[in-house]
Amino acid sequence: MISVTIKKIGVVAQGIGNWQEATALLQSEADYQGGELPPLKPSMLKPNERRRTTRTIKIALQAAEEALQDLTDTETLASVFSSSEGDLDIIDQICLALTEEGRPVSPTQFHNSVHNAPAGYWSIGAGSRQGSSSLGGLNGSFAAGLMEAAVQAVVEGVPVLLVCYDQPPPELLQPFMPIGEPFAVAMLLTTESDSGIARLNLSTVPDGTESRLSKPALEKLRLSAPSARSLPILEAIAQSQSAKFSLPYLPGLNLQSELLPC
Amino acid sequence: MTPLSITHYTLTNALGCGKPASLEALRTGKSGLQPCNLENVDLSTWIGRVSGLEDMPLQDSVSDYDCRNNRLAQLALQQDDFLPAVKQAVERYGADRIGVFIGTSTSGIATTETAYRTRVNDALPAEYTPQYTHNIASSSHFIRDYLGLNGAAITISTACSSSAKVFAAAYRYITAGVCDAAIVGGVDSLCLTTLYGFNALDLVSAEPCRPWDGQRNGINIGEGAGFALLEKPQDDDSCPSLIGYGESSDAHHMSTPHPQGAGARHAMQQALERAGLEIGDIDYINLHGTATRSNDASEDSAVCGLFGNQTPCSSTKGFTGHTLGAAGITESIFALLCLQDGLLPQSLQTRQQDETLGANILLNSEQRQLRHVLSNSFGFGGNNCSLIFGAAT
Repeated sequence: MISVTIKKIGVVAQGIGNWQEATALLQSEADYQGGELPPLKPSMLKPNERRRTTRTIKIALQAAEEALQDLTDTETLASVFSSSEGDLDIIDQICLALTEEGRPVSPTQFHNSVHNAPAGYWSIGAGSRQGSSSLGGLNGSFAAGLMEAAVQAVVEGVPVLLVCYDQPPPELLQPFMPIGEPFAVAMLLTTESDSGIARLNLSTVPDGTESRLSKPALEKLRLSAPSARSLPILEAIAQSQSAKFSLPYLPGLNLQSELLPC
Repeated sequence: MTPLSITHYTLTNALGCGKPASLEALRTGKSGLQPCNLENVDLSTWIGRVSGLEDMPLQDSVSDYDCRNNRLAQLALQQDDFLPAVKQAVERYGADRIGVFIGTSTSGIATTETAYRTRVNDALPAEYTPQYTHNIASSSHFIRDYLGLNGAAITISTACSSSAKVFAAAYRYITAGVCDAAIVGGVDSLCLTTLYGFNALDLVSAEPCRPWDGQRNGINIGEGAGFALLEKPQDDDSCPSLIGYGESSDAHHMSTPHPQGAGARHAMQQALERAGLEIGDIDYINLHGTATRSNDASEDSAVCGLFGNQTPCSSTKGFTGHTLGAAGITESIFALLCLQDGLLPQSLQTRQQDETLGANILLNSEQRQLRHVLSNSFGFGGNNCSLIFGAAT
């Protein structure tokens, strides 16, 4: 079993500008109403760097920034970035360019096409020279990222930033990729057990049923993006409840997560 | 750190299938590069291509995953008795206790390129199934299925350091008790995205690449796959081991390395500290050595800043091309072959070392006993990983 403490949280989704707004929504009797995606304006990048970024990079950085606000030593953080599909706008534009005469692939788009582009921009903005891993696991992307970040925190004894993010695909790819909504969640994980938001105990279990949410619109949001599979954890934290969840992780294997409020 | 034994390993790349083909080429200085002949590509460059993949579909039980990238993974897994070794490991540990850690940069993106090229009425073909091919997770899911494993798994995608970082990840999962043994590896295959993408950045050479040469002018793209089985050391094993790793970020620029190689140096330093070694303990460095002007200059600065200019170094990109997400595993296995054979391979196609670069580049291969080899892998986004391997004792 792997045990870590969630110290901070950041969330961005349609109608959810930050963790405080998410908490209010998840504590309320009312179901999720959706809404506009808040403006994505991560402030950690210089204007020239920000101009080169995309909506995928921005949503990841915005969630990361919220989880790290008030923190002065971001350069000491290791990081794990997880996303099922990465930056589909860029994949779309590169693959379109490859069908055109002369294959006019944009150099900036090409270097932004790497799966670790958001992590690269984050390390520049945060000034972190620590190790950074970027990964993906389809609908298990949140669980895979959580597991990787928790294992790093425990074995290396360092605080780890976890960021999991998605943007819906552009039109041509929509029928093939089940991401309906933009969503990003960030968590700062440590092994310190004395302070923080909640303790998490993680272990793998063969299959089983994945945990669902009782409110229909919130459950729909959970299913709309792999990063939103984090919602059962976020709901229990918002409601200060001890709870046990099963998160989709790999074919035939779920990640069991036991949450204990601090 | 407690070393991990590398009990079995295999690789396939432009030098051929399996360890003997790679070792023979490294010994004799035979390059696997050839003028670019990939379908639908009209670039003047050289590539490191694995022949015959077009006629090697996946076996029926895993045919959903069929694409060039997974075919290359399957071909590599079939070499060097790796499959029987995995079977034995399953008998010893159980299929749920062996983790799978795979690095890839572009996975099966070629299937998306084809879907776009063959689209009709602005719709991609119905048979396009990116979750099994293009998605980076398809690499580790395919390998996990193909090997009949059902434990933890991840696909790491940090550009050209991807399949070096899998060693660090596997070490942590085994140390944390999430698994008892690990299959680590990487696979990346030729596609238009990387050929035309690096070309757009003016980083593709029209000639065979010449790492550290004064006349170097860019990379050749290659494809490759490699896998290793990592286990906790047994009293009676006589296997090489993973003895150190270091991971860092440049925090500098997306596609240009830090000019003094600060991030690269940090990764090498960490690897030495974890291994409990001094710089004089490293007998050979397999450089990332892509042969672009800025990459080699940055790495030279990092290597000379930490090691001085005595430690023998070479880049093996002149043999295989730059296999991108598979470079980490390919060159890690080269390091293991060198340790086993006492080989310090030449930096193939480096004719005259750039006068402004100070590392001790091997223009000719040498043969002597090696104790420890360091392997560097650095990627876009300023993502760095250095690994140290120790000889069998």
